[in-house]
Amino acid sequence: MSQSYNRGLIEDFGRWREFEAGMWAWIFHKFTGWVLIGYLFTHIAVLSTGIPAAGASEAALMAGEDVYTQTIVSLEELLLVRILEVGLLAVAVFHMLNGTRLLLVDLGVGLDAQDKSFYASLILTGAITVASVPTFIAGAF
Amino acid sequence: MAERYSSFEKGGRMWLIQRITAVFLLVVLAFHFFLLHFVHHADEVSFLASAGRMEQLSYYSLMILFLVTATFHGVNGVYNALINQGLTGTKRTVIKWTLVAASAVLIVQGIRTANAWAGIGLY
Repeated sequence: MSQSYNRGLIEDFGRWREFEAGMWAWIFHKFTGWVLIGYLFTHIAVLSTGIPAAGASEAALMAGEDVYTQTIVSLEELLLVRILEVGLLAVAVFHMLNGTRLLLVDLGVGLDAQDKSFYASLILTGAITVASVPTFIAGAF
Repeated sequence: MAERYSSFEKGGRMWLIQRITAVFLLVVLAFHFFLLHFVHHADEVSFLASAGRMEQLSYYSLMILFLVTATFHGVNGVYNALINQGLTGTKRTVIKWTLVAASAVLIVQGIRTANAWAGIGLY
């Protein structure tokens, strides 16, 4: 006989103290996902300055005086933007590494090492982020 | 007779597309970050440099595919997250179509921008 169960909410954040590694992986994946889709909308909005810039004169484009180049250059001059870019990299790298882990779990690979692979994703994200800081900050000062 | 306890939709097409786009995005997002932060640097950006890349058909088509897959993966992820938080009924339908409309705007705006760089008249 079939029965249906009311499982309630999948996430009950009020119980966060009881969360184990798998639940944290789920929450971090979702949080980084929200950040990435939010950024995608912002990214396209900023890049859209390329539309009016396409109408600029050849001389203005050569001199980098069009609205697109000026917008990006003035944003990149702000230290806050550079720091946010490092944050974006960290968020993207975690989402990619944890996502790879989820794809492997879906394929039945490494089921016994799910906690370990989550911790490895965190450590690798930290290492890649720290190693990228010089590249992201270059030219900001 | 076997009973179905799974909460997955029959067929699970959206589930599968979310995974397929994930695999594609893993490769292309890594390429995107590497090309635009490590090969070229953020403070060297210019309209002409962006246009130079976008004028190549292979780059242009990769970026359009990147835009479409990222939008699908992100917006479908948001929709799934909201369903897990208990979104049902009319609210679910309204949010679903709002997300579809937002996706359409994002994709159209992204294509317009890519066309402006590529020198395609349609923008």
